[in-house]
Amino acid sequence: MDITMVHILIPALPFLAFLVNGLLGARLIRDQAHWVATLAVAGSWVLSVMTLMDVLHGKTFYGNIYTWISSGGLDVSVGFSIDPLTAVMLIVVTTVSTLVHVYSVGYMHGERGYWRFYAYLSLFTFSMLMLVMSNNFVQLFFGWEAVGLCSYLLIGFYYDKEAAAVAGSKAFIVNRFGDFGFALGVFLVFLTFGSLDYRTVFAALSGWESPVVEVFGLEADLVTVIALLLFCGAVGKSAQIPLHVWLPDAMEGPTPVSALIHAATMVTAGVFLVARCNPLFNLSATAMSTVAIVGAITSLFAATIALVQNDIKRVVAYSTISQLGYMVLACGVGAYSAGIFHLYTHAFFKALLFLGAGSVIHAVHDQDIRNMGGLFKHMKITAITFWIASLSISGFPLLAGFFSKDEILWMAYASGGVQGKLLWLVGTLVALLTAFYSFRLIFLTFHGEFRGGHEKEHHLHESSPVITVPLIILCVGAVASGWVGLPPVFGMENQFAHFLQPVLGHPEAHGTHAEEWMVMGVSVAVGLLGIGAAWVLYGRRSDLPARLGALANGVPYRWLLNKYYVDELYNLVFIRATVAAARNVLVAVTDGAVIEGIVNGVPAMIGRISEKVRGLQTGVLHHYASIMAFGVLLLFAIVIGWGGG
Amino acid sequence: MTDLDSMIPNTLAYPILTVLTFLPIVGGLLLMLVPSSSHRLIRTSALGMTLLTFLLSLPLFTSFDKSTWMMQFTENRPWIEAWNINYSLGVDGISVLFVLLSTLVAILCVLISWTAIEQKVKEFHVAILIIEGAMIGVFCSLDLFLFYVFWEAMLIPMYLLIGIWGGPGRLYATIKFFLYTLVGSLLMLIGIITLYLKGGQTFSIPELMAQAPGFSVELQLTLWVAFFAAFAVKVPMFPVHTWLPDAHTEAPTAGSVILAAVLIKMGAYGFLRFSIPFFPGATQLMAVPMMALSVVAIVYGAVICYGQTDLKRLIAYSSVSHMGFVTLGIFALNTQGLEGGILQMLNHGVVTGGLFLMVGAVYERTHSREIAYYGGMARSLPVYAVFFMVLTLSAIGFPTTNGFIGEFLILLGGFARHKPLGVVAATGVILGAGYMLWLYRRVFFQETSENVSALQDLTGREIVAVLPMLIFVFWIGLYPNAFLGFMHASVEHLIAQVGQAEETLTLAQVLMGR
Amino acid sequence: MVPLSWYMGLSAAVFSIGIFGFLTRRNIIIMFMSIELMLNAVNINLVAMSHYLQDIRGQVMVMFIIAVAAAEAAIGLAIIIAIFRNRATVHVDEINEMKG
Repeated sequence: MDITMVHILIPALPFLAFLVNGLLGARLIRDQAHWVATLAVAGSWVLSVMTLMDVLHGKTFYGNIYTWISSGGLDVSVGFSIDPLTAVMLIVVTTVSTLVHVYSVGYMHGERGYWRFYAYLSLFTFSMLMLVMSNNFVQLFFGWEAVGLCSYLLIGFYYDKEAAAVAGSKAFIVNRFGDFGFALGVFLVFLTFGSLDYRTVFAALSGWESPVVEVFGLEADLVTVIALLLFCGAVGKSAQIPLHVWLPDAMEGPTPVSALIHAATMVTAGVFLVARCNPLFNLSATAMSTVAIVGAITSLFAATIALVQNDIKRVVAYSTISQLGYMVLACGVGAYSAGIFHLYTHAFFKALLFLGAGSVIHAVHDQDIRNMGGLFKHMKITAITFWIASLSISGFPLLAGFFSKDEILWMAYASGGVQGKLLWLVGTLVALLTAFYSFRLIFLTFHGEFRGGHEKEHHLHESSPVITVPLIILCVGAVASGWVGLPPVFGMENQFAHFLQPVLGHPEAHGTHAEEWMVMGVSVAVGLLGIGAAWVLYGRRSDLPARLGALANGVPYRWLLNKYYVDELYNLVFIRATVAAARNVLVAVTDGAVIEGIVNGVPAMIGRISEKVRGLQTGVLHHYASIMAFGVLLLFAIVIGWGGG
Repeated sequence: MTDLDSMIPNTLAYPILTVLTFLPIVGGLLLMLVPSSSHRLIRTSALGMTLLTFLLSLPLFTSFDKSTWMMQFTENRPWIEAWNINYSLGVDGISVLFVLLSTLVAILCVLISWTAIEQKVKEFHVAILIIEGAMIGVFCSLDLFLFYVFWEAMLIPMYLLIGIWGGPGRLYATIKFFLYTLVGSLLMLIGIITLYLKGGQTFSIPELMAQAPGFSVELQLTLWVAFFAAFAVKVPMFPVHTWLPDAHTEAPTAGSVILAAVLIKMGAYGFLRFSIPFFPGATQLMAVPMMALSVVAIVYGAVICYGQTDLKRLIAYSSVSHMGFVTLGIFALNTQGLEGGILQMLNHGVVTGGLFLMVGAVYERTHSREIAYYGGMARSLPVYAVFFMVLTLSAIGFPTTNGFIGEFLILLGGFARHKPLGVVAATGVILGAGYMLWLYRRVFFQETSENVSALQDLTGREIVAVLPMLIFVFWIGLYPNAFLGFMHASVEHLIAQVGQAEETLTLAQVLMGR
Repeated sequence: MVPLSWYMGLSAAVFSIGIFGFLTRRNIIIMFMSIELMLNAVNINLVAMSHYLQDIRGQVMVMFIIAVAAAEAAIGLAIIIAIFRNRATVHVDEINEMKG
């Protein structure tokens, strides 16, 4: 097979699986749908590994397949760009996707619409692959929207549940806010550079002096405007503040979906976008700072909410938002490869956490951790893998999360200036919170006494191998995936960063080895501190959590529990206001009273006038005749009088 | 340039445009001879007639010369010589696709009305056929007088269609529809007569394209406004849109489909065919105000959808919003905007036409248009749900559907021409996703309403009626160049025509008497 | 030879009789006859003038009027019969359907 054929097949296989399952699933395939989908995505995985090997040997690819849209100076192609960044994303996407496909065989067994689920998963995989393989902004946008659609469909998989249906729409619409900015960014890119190809645009950037433009009366560099607009898209997709609200609600979808889409792959597309557009972002210090600050605030904000949530999936979801904040923060300090590195390790341990949570939910049939506890003795594999994933996310030394998180914190610290130090402080604080809430979850779920009732306790059991095997494989990733990017202080070059360097460049680090060891030590220390604190509060029986919750009349607790009331605010400002404006102003006043008032008012006025005038028509023939006769006489008189005068 | 230079005579074996225009009309008249009681015969012969017209129209697609902007397949015969009126037909890259759309939509209208229409079956099909002929005539006419005849001739069968086979509020809706359009058309008639008198006593459109741009800007502006009145009502643009929700809501399915798919395209077509090339000076002056008006329509039409409880009414208001995109693209007066605008006209025909077909299919089963009446239909009517989803996605501009291509080009063009307006217009994309997905959720998701739990899914006939729309959704979405290719030459020519106008004046200067 | 003014006088007299009849009578048949009188008054006038001016067009006009009057009489009488069948009256005051 030649190189492009491989590339085409990577997304084409899942797409074919989607078509087969979508068209034949309902009648023919039904509960065998997983074969089609899983084999296809496994095939993509094999091809992705082949591609990675090629890229490792320096065989990259950049080319078009066909011209999609051409109008005036605009030429948009469908094409692929296979470079190290793409190769990493391909591996992440196909690996997690394959494992989730396998896992779902057990998890979704016997669900109504089983084939539909697999069709959506295949479509998602296809879209995500198109997104990461794209060589231009419009195809990226296609993948961007298509993964959003799949997310919408999969969140709303149990569509007769109102909450699920609402959450699906919410995810799509909130993302549209980001896409709005993204689209404008794409337009500006085209208007500025006359092309939407990555290569052409990025080539035009070198040595380019950004003109200053005026936006809403403020002066800004054009490149800053473009970068920030593109970043809007990333904010939406990667659930950064202020567009983070959709992701927790997305947990209404089936758990494998949460693992694949809302943890490992789709939500990281925003990070991917920023990394992909790094030549643009690098030109604007303002945009970079904004990115970093948004990432930092998001990670802190989400971590605080995660402290008090009681739904097992929501805790993991907020943890995801928080970790995404980390990745964005890394991009913001120019450490794109660190961001991608965390994206890659995070995919393993966060998918593992979700799938583990799914295994727990499968056993308990409940998502509230207050009704769990002591599951360790019933489901050992799930518990142990969950432990390892949590250790990994908490930055326990030598696990995957340790390396990637440490890299981000160090890069933030070393990016220089007060801002760098502040970002590092926030990141470290988040690391503490992360360890704490992760282990709060562990202690409440797996340790102590089961709180869900005796009846249920008898039925607790470990999940079937089709579920636990993917957990074990992901667990290997959660432990070892970080070893490809050992930090320089360990005495060798960071292989991962080196691999990505042609695409993402290499940021300058202002710091000594001693400082780097210090950063690493602090992050390990806060991680252990967080775990210890979780044990103190939740590992032992104690009334400490309740007492803490009641502090300051419970106001901070309620704010956290209700996610700072952001949903309520948006609901009021956007949804209620729009609907109220539509009903009370547009329907009732402008369309109703004003326009229809005129439209119906003019004929009505004519009607009223005629009401008065028509009295003249008596219906008596003689009246008409007399008037005619006198009229004729009058005319005579006028004519004669006029002629005579 | 003279009249004949820009016209390439028809070289096909038959006078294709005449045949397309008059075959349905003659067919409709012949249908009157069939006894009223033989419904089946009437339906099949109407279907045969529309199919035949469609097949005969295909050479327009295959034999069209995409490399030239000139009028093609033209026919030219004197008609009323005393007034220099000619029977002159022809199509170019702007109009050709709408002829094809008309011939296609007519088939679908007959199909979807197969069981829905039980009263006055013969008259119904006669009306449909005559409308089809008149629609095609509007898009083919190269003589203003002929154009006006078809333009008005359309109105009568449409009026009957809504007034006889419509819903309970049909009388109010028809009168409103008729008066609205008539007021606009009469102003245009005055404009046409003025053009005739000032433009060298001719109604020939190609000749006027050469003559009219020479008028003073003040005269151009006056005439522009006269034409605008007719076209704005038809589009419909804010604030003369209120006939559309009423007409759509009360019209029978076939009527709604024709309205949405073709009839309201005529307004936008009028801008492209007359306003822009005839009055380039005035067009330049009015471009930004028109864009502003379009943006108002986009946002207004979208927001008002959030206040609707009636399925058809909501789709009608969404049409206002979508047509706002069309006019926005057209008056951006750049390649992307114009091509996007023309493509979006086609897209809107496909998508909104499709949505009305779908709504009609289910209305026939339930006789309810209330959104609240429905719910959970994805469970009881899965095929229907999938079809509706595809059309919804296209309506919200999802990439790989035709809606995306149109909106993308329009917003790009609009943004290039006027950035703030482009930004506001882009919010329509958010708002559009909001109401369409809300509608979809409310109708197809959540608890299955008992009203719909026992409904039959789409029948084979209905699938055949909607499937062409879905094919076009993806055809245009995946390979838009097949359609954009028709437009390139004509759009470039149009831009060249506008480009000649003096741009030094501002609207305010002209209005204040320079 | 009878001078022109006599014809004119006759014409005016017949016309006045016609008008008077039309305005004062209530029987639709009589009113109808009054209309015929008026038409014929005009005819007299036209013929006289035609002869006086030696212009044949006046007489052509008269032919027209006679033809139109014949048609009008046929239709008018038909309408009157229809009305009578429906309303059993030829009294115009009882026929006021067109009252506004």
